Amino acid sequence: MTAEVQDDRSGSGRRVGGTAIVFGDNVNTDVIIPGRYLVSIDPAELAEHAFEPLGLELQQRLRASDVVVAGRNFGCGSAREQASTCLIGAGISAVIAASFSRVFFRNAINTGLVAVESPEAVAAIEDGAQVWVDYEVGVVEVGDQRFPFAPYPESLAAILESGGLIEQLIQQTKAASEERR
Amino acid sequence: MKTFAQKALERASGQADLVPGQIVDAFPDLYMSHTASWRCIKTLERMGVEELYDVDRIAMVMDHISPAQTAKTAAHHSLSREFAARMGITKFYDVNAGIAHVVLMERGHIRPGELIIGTDSHSTIYGALGAFGTGVGFSEITAAWVTGKLWMKVPESIRVEIDGPLPRGTYGKDVMLKLIGDLTADGATYCSVEFAGSYVEGLSISERMTLCNLAMEMGSKNAVVPPDEVTSQYLEEAGVQRDEYEPLLPDPGAEYRQVERVDGATLSPQVAIPHMVDNVVPVEQVAGTKLDQVFIGSCANAKYEDLVIAAEVLAGHRVAPGVRLIVTPASSRVMARAASEGIVSTLLEAGALITNPGCGACAGDGGAMADGEVTLSTANRNFQGRMGSYESKIYLSSPATAAASAIRGVISNPQDLIA
Repeated sequence: MTAEVQDDRSGSGRRVGGTAIVFGDNVNTDVIIPGRYLVSIDPAELAEHAFEPLGLELQQRLRASDVVVAGRNFGCGSAREQASTCLIGAGISAVIAASFSRVFFRNAINTGLVAVESPEAVAAIEDGAQVWVDYEVGVVEVGDQRFPFAPYPESLAAILESGGLIEQLIQQTKAASEERR
Repeated sequence: MKTFAQKALERASGQADLVPGQIVDAFPDLYMSHTASWRCIKTLERMGVEELYDVDRIAMVMDHISPAQTAKTAAHHSLSREFAARMGITKFYDVNAGIAHVVLMERGHIRPGELIIGTDSHSTIYGALGAFGTGVGFSEITAAWVTGKLWMKVPESIRVEIDGPLPRGTYGKDVMLKLIGDLTADGATYCSVEFAGSYVEGLSISERMTLCNLAMEMGSKNAVVPPDEVTSQYLEEAGVQRDEYEPLLPDPGAEYRQVERVDGATLSPQVAIPHMVDNVVPVEQVAGTKLDQVFIGSCANAKYEDLVIAAEVLAGHRVAPGVRLIVTPASSRVMARAASEGIVSTLLEAGALITNPGCGACAGDGGAMADGEVTLSTANRNFQGRMGSYESKIYLSSPATAAASAIRGVISNPQDLIA
């Protein structure tokens, strides 16, 4: 990750992005993280096997990327949450797809991975391009092009903001116990 | 005028007049976690919480890897076992029970109208008993253990009307493969699928399970067959009396995003070809494809009825030389009945390898393939690398097609082997 990317991130907590890696339609969970590796829930360990069926060259490009861009039905198949956390472990901060499988979308939000549906943006993004997502405003930036999308409902944005569903609950529990004190 | 999904989520959220697209907090009746339970327990430990919302709503079934393969998976099982005992979780089923979905339905833990969440995408299967079943990640199950709730978007609905009867040698699996092929792998994404039509009326719960299970493969959030007398009888056998549940039926005139009609009479055996479930062709188109392995198993098609169909085809025949036929009954009850009714001996005499109940080869637990090998499976997924080598291939079919193909060693139409 470049220093420039770091600087940009410090600008807004709800803006993420960087170098894009582009996939096609119907990327399924068995390809994202094969079932044999579900014996782990450690993002770094899982990241070593992310997209293993597609070969080492692609895996290396994934680790050098910040944003996964895909066609329709990204994450179709299993409910395995590791399909999202393996991407987080690989340094991915957002997935932009033409559409998502519903359970992948849930898992992404719940694990703190930004997931945005924008077929228009996907059509405009080339492999290796610089792509930014501001999910507070609801816009994908590709070069000087801007692709608006409907911002998340506040309840979902709050989960993302906390870093995921469990982190949110931990923070809420902590706040409640401090209040009692 | 409401769909099933509207009614079920109104019940689970306590809110009236829900409309598609609305996000609500829903309180599920049951939280199922399978072999993934250890992930939930580890997550709960990280949260530092001990107090749970309602232990009686937790169900755990050790099905995906059973029995343990390694010290690591053994430790995962052990963690779940100890947690269940410590927390007083009575709906804990160990490695001997079978596939979570089938076990929970057989044992009377799933009732019409209920909202069931599970750490498994095929949780849509609970619609076979008129429940709203949907898959979630393990973090959400953990959160539900603590808070009792999760956020849910009220889905739009698709009505699928299937006219029967089906031709000889075709089954619910063929209906679903054809439908998935036509609507594609994301044709029902985010939607509730309601089955109807003359084929569905009076259909066995086993076949209803296959319909609702496979509906996930077109992206659906849940799927349902409206409960009827068949449902009530199944539930009675599972120990659930008629006054213990309130069925939710869609209103006539409810609003659907689309209505699909399937003409059952013109159906032929179908096969999904590698590596997507919506790559579907009539069996003739791939007949003759050489097989190394045939797998009759999974929550889609390893119930008692499925094993009976396979045994009827295999009776008096032998599995082709060089082909491995692996049969993994869905549950211990299925296996016990298959044994007492002579189904197990028929399968063994034909040369089948019968494994312990569970997810087995469908979840990559045994039955792995080497580079270049081909399996015909009765499961619900044929993704690349799901059963061993990334260079192997999985085709999907009904148990009848799988059994006929095992005899011939190549993908075959079963219709001439069925009386």
